[in-house]
Amino acid sequence: MAAHRCSRSALLLVLCSLCLFSIAESQETTPAGDHRATGVDNPQSVTGSTEQMAEQPTVVEEEEEEEEDRRWEATRDEVETENTSAPDTSAPTFEVHSSVPKPKDDFQEELVIRPLHSGDIYASFQFRTLWETDFTTGNKVSHYRLFPKSLGQVISKFSVRELHISFTQGYWRTMQWGQPFLPSPPGAELWVWFQDSVTDVDETWKELTNVLSGIFCASLNFIDSTNTVQPSASFKPLGIGNVTDHRFLRYATLPREIVCTENLTPWKKLLPCGSKAGLAVLLKSEKLFHSSFHSQAVHIRPVCKDWQCKTKSWELRQTLNVVFDLHTPGQGKQEWSLFKMFSRTLTEACPLASSSKIYVDITDDPQGEQFEVSPATHLLSQAMVLGDRRTFSLYDLTQQITFGTVRSLNLHIRWKSSEGDMLRPLLHAERYVAGYGLQTGEIHTLMYNNHPYRGFPVLLMDSVPWYLRLYIHTLTVTSKGKDNKPSYIHYQPSKDRVRPHLLEMLVQLPPNSVTEVTVQFERALLKWTEYTPDPNHGFYVGSSVISSLVPSIVAMDTNSTREQPLFSSFFPCKEESSYFMRVYTEPLLVNLPTPDFSMPYNVICLTCTVVAVGYGSLYNLLTRSFQIEEPSPGLAKRLANIIRRMRGVPPL
Amino acid sequence: MGLLSDPNRRRALIGLLTRLNAPICVVCYMAGVAWFMGLAFEPFTLRTYMSENAMGSTMVEERFPAGERALATGREFAAHKKKTGGMPVDWLVKTMQSRGLEVFTQRFSRRLPFPDEDKERYMVKGTNVYGILRAPRAPRTEALVLSAPCTAGDHNNQAVGLLLGLAQYFRNQVYWAKDIIFLVNEHDLIGMQAWLEGYHHTNTTGMDWSPLQGRGGSIQAALSLELSSDVVTSLDLVLEGLNGQLPNLDLANLFYAFCQKIGVLCTTQGKLQRNDWDSVSGYSHAVQTMMLMAMKQASGRPWGDHGLFLRYHIEAATIKGINSFRQYKTDATTVGRLLEGMYRKLNNLLERLHQSYFFYLMSSLSHFVSIGYYMPAFGLLGVILLLRALDLWVQLASPPPRTEDGVVDAEQVSSPGVLSVLTPLVISHLTGAALYTLPIHFQEMAVEHFPVSETEAVVLTAIAVYTAGLALPHNTNRLLTGQGTEQGWKVLKLVAVLYLAVLLGCTALINFSLGFILALTLVPVAAFVTPNVPKVLSAFVLVVLSPACTLLFSVFFFQELQEMPVSFLDGWMLYLSVISQGILDHALYGSLVYPLVALLVYPCWLLFWNILFWK
Repeated sequence: MAAHRCSRSALLLVLCSLCLFSIAESQETTPAGDHRATGVDNPQSVTGSTEQMAEQPTVVEEEEEEEEDRRWEATRDEVETENTSAPDTSAPTFEVHSSVPKPKDDFQEELVIRPLHSGDIYASFQFRTLWETDFTTGNKVSHYRLFPKSLGQVISKFSVRELHISFTQGYWRTMQWGQPFLPSPPGAELWVWFQDSVTDVDETWKELTNVLSGIFCASLNFIDSTNTVQPSASFKPLGIGNVTDHRFLRYATLPREIVCTENLTPWKKLLPCGSKAGLAVLLKSEKLFHSSFHSQAVHIRPVCKDWQCKTKSWELRQTLNVVFDLHTPGQGKQEWSLFKMFSRTLTEACPLASSSKIYVDITDDPQGEQFEVSPATHLLSQAMVLGDRRTFSLYDLTQQITFGTVRSLNLHIRWKSSEGDMLRPLLHAERYVAGYGLQTGEIHTLMYNNHPYRGFPVLLMDSVPWYLRLYIHTLTVTSKGKDNKPSYIHYQPSKDRVRPHLLEMLVQLPPNSVTEVTVQFERALLKWTEYTPDPNHGFYVGSSVISSLVPSIVAMDTNSTREQPLFSSFFPCKEESSYFMRVYTEPLLVNLPTPDFSMPYNVICLTCTVVAVGYGSLYNLLTRSFQIEEPSPGLAKRLANIIRRMRGVPPL
Repeated sequence: MGLLSDPNRRRALIGLLTRLNAPICVVCYMAGVAWFMGLAFEPFTLRTYMSENAMGSTMVEERFPAGERALATGREFAAHKKKTGGMPVDWLVKTMQSRGLEVFTQRFSRRLPFPDEDKERYMVKGTNVYGILRAPRAPRTEALVLSAPCTAGDHNNQAVGLLLGLAQYFRNQVYWAKDIIFLVNEHDLIGMQAWLEGYHHTNTTGMDWSPLQGRGGSIQAALSLELSSDVVTSLDLVLEGLNGQLPNLDLANLFYAFCQKIGVLCTTQGKLQRNDWDSVSGYSHAVQTMMLMAMKQASGRPWGDHGLFLRYHIEAATIKGINSFRQYKTDATTVGRLLEGMYRKLNNLLERLHQSYFFYLMSSLSHFVSIGYYMPAFGLLGVILLLRALDLWVQLASPPPRTEDGVVDAEQVSSPGVLSVLTPLVISHLTGAALYTLPIHFQEMAVEHFPVSETEAVVLTAIAVYTAGLALPHNTNRLLTGQGTEQGWKVLKLVAVLYLAVLLGCTALINFSLGFILALTLVPVAAFVTPNVPKVLSAFVLVVLSPACTLLFSVFFFQELQEMPVSFLDGWMLYLSVISQGILDHALYGSLVYPLVALLVYPCWLLFWNILFWK
């Protein structure tokens, strides 16, 4: 461990010196070269980026900046005047698995800001490190550049194929905020696919959770067999590879996990620039934890390196989602700025990043009536996000011009929020415990399909701790008042103190309906050492997971009067017709029958006394028959009798 | 126990108990009553103290500033209420939304078994509006509730205004760890019942309600607010809930602590606390407070909207603003600050309130007696029944040739025949069942044949069945078995006395006050009734001490305690309405007092009536 820490600090030292060096150099070069700040210390990346840019027309090259500028300006005018969709949609900037050239690793950072329907602000950070290396086949990887060594060692030691871990504080309010880019349940969630070379998966899983617990300063070591399940269908690998035997999958949640600064700091340390430069300077815990929702995650998976998929590289994606509550009563206009949200402004990109961008979602306001973004940008970008075509203003931090004359970027938006109405997301779910008393109860899961005319199937996964004994024969699935028979059910009953219940179902949700899944349970009486220190708080049951392919909003759009080329609008486009979505319900807090823990001593004493004295003598009274006995003779008489017996005379 | 296993000593002991049975019973009865009266004497009671550490040591600041604005909102609410002639649902939804809450509505409808003349309702249709303030970074597992009933007329507008004002203020605070649900319920208890049933998805009373759309997890505590004037002189805390359930004492302690801190006069049972416990008037004041609490608890009905929460193990209380002629007035800002403080402390709770007592009686807000102290009062009454049973047992055992060890042969005792005991038991229970079912089922027929309203029909049918029951059992008994034997009534009385002991014991465990009040009147009856006492006088005493007359006296006594004495005619009308309310409480909220009295207590009393007329 010590050696590990040493190597890490050495790496950090090197990185820091690199950063300093690059900053110094860029400062030297800026008067001469005006906007040539990227990767000065790394000439390869410059050539790399030019190559890359050649492939992506939307990313503006520095040399052509003047022309490009004009072009985007023009299109923007066009947008304002004619209300047509933004041009050049054929080139999405999201998720380009383009070839990264010579250096085998690559780092990208981006921040998406979306003003939410409810008047809140959603900020989503994504940091992606790609590394073309092979952790698996026994070769020892020892030279780390951008990829964090601690995670690299975890991958190779435990033969991890895919690892997804998220720490979330708060519940994503789908009805007010719409869909998140990356959903996560409250508390901690961990799911891992192991390589099929692993022989003892459970042992490896146990070690892995303990190691991750140390890396992220979280209570992941509380993951044991009682809260681990192997879902058969809900969690498929997200990276390449075709092994889908769920023996190699482990899934666990800790709904009670509290996420705070001590989890954020190790997470930030995994970034190549730490929180020294780039977007990560915004990640100040005093602001991030002063929000309505906070979620941080790490996803590791193998991805294709190029479109032919000849070689694979490892992708480490660190995401952080946060929703700020900007509620100001009585004011119609709301405003925010980077400084107001994060108490920092941006001055530079991470020098190690090949791309560093900020996107501001302006879809809801194509005319610029509701928003006012300053400084204005000339770049627009379009992408399909969660089945919806969104338009973004784009700020490229790798270009000096973004920072303007004050050399710092403080995005500023004023807009009129339409607070109040609830959204009607296509798919959302809620869950609650019904009934009263401490003996039985009923778990209700409601799934809403708000699509006006299309039904779709969803996979519902429930993992319930053993101390709620599910009566699986009471399982009912109803939609629109009729029985809705699931087409697939996978149920693994619990074993007391060993493993939880696992219930997976494939349910078809009819259009415009609510589907209700109910199952009754009995509350177990725990042994007295099994209660938590605060038993009257209740016991947590983790979120259910609903995974589904949802018809996209674009495909739902039946408004054919919109102005678009006629040839494009007859058949609905297959690629866009549905998208994958995962919805988590609320965790449950269930009260179990709890003894009065101040009383056991009294109770033990009292019961023992009652049993010993009361029961004993009452039993005697009832079962024995009493006879009057001659009073026993006195001592003198007894002595006399003994003497008489010895003499052979009959006793007195 | 060695005492009992020695036959000689046992005989001596039993001899003593049978010989001194009557005096011991009298002493026990008086000791029981004296013990109960002593409970209110301050040196015998405990001072209240906060047991919950999470609420005790945490200091909170109360900064709610907007009492005036809240009152203005209340006036606006009143105007909209008048305009729509009921709950202004749209206005409430809009107002709550503008305060940044997630707002939902719930519709409900209920047809009462018979028209409620007190509140003038029969077909009830209404809407509950509630807004949820989502706590930042909380996973929707815990919630607190603040409710205000929207009542017809000019009542409670200030409460709704203050609720909305608090919602607005709470929305801007960052420290919430639990969701807070602001609920405005229509048709007071019926709306509350609908909301709670919807929230927990249960249906115990056959009400129609639309399912709830938004929830906040398990509710930890709730307060209901009743405020009908802009300024108040004191705040009254109402604790008694359905079936005599009480919230955890810590909730009362919390209210008292904040009243002390902020300097608001606080009362319980509408009685201010006095410091002169050593004077007669001070003591009688404390006794009155405690008796009021006992009588309210014994009634088994919810005395505020909070009462229905208790079924779901949610600690809840109602806070009532009282505006009397006192000089010192408290404005809405102060009341708001008090509520803010209470909610901040409830917000700090790590576990449900469980540290303090659930079974207690309060002689003032600062003094209480717990179950360990008041149970002996009931125990002393209960022991009378056991002594009488022992006496009868010995009497039954002794006259025939008795066996040596005192164990009585079963055949000899039951020689009067099982039938002679079983018949009155069955008949009196059938009468009880008739008392339980007939009033509601026969109301239509009664209305057709007599010039009375439905409510009167129900109540009068109940009284008629009750009186008819007096004539029934002994007549049939005589018809069936001819003359009753001496043995017969003794066996019957033994059964009846033990039955009563078990019945009262169980009742007292659940609802001490009800058990104690029933014991006060029924135990003397059970103790002295034999066929050999003067018939007319005994019959009169028996009727006077019957459950129905107990209720009548309780009504007058309750009015007396509340310092609102009534004339006999008004008292009679009140008595009739109390009976109808009792039946309604059972049908609407599941109160158990009516079925308990009709199905168990009344038949048990009939057995004693039967014994009186045995020959």
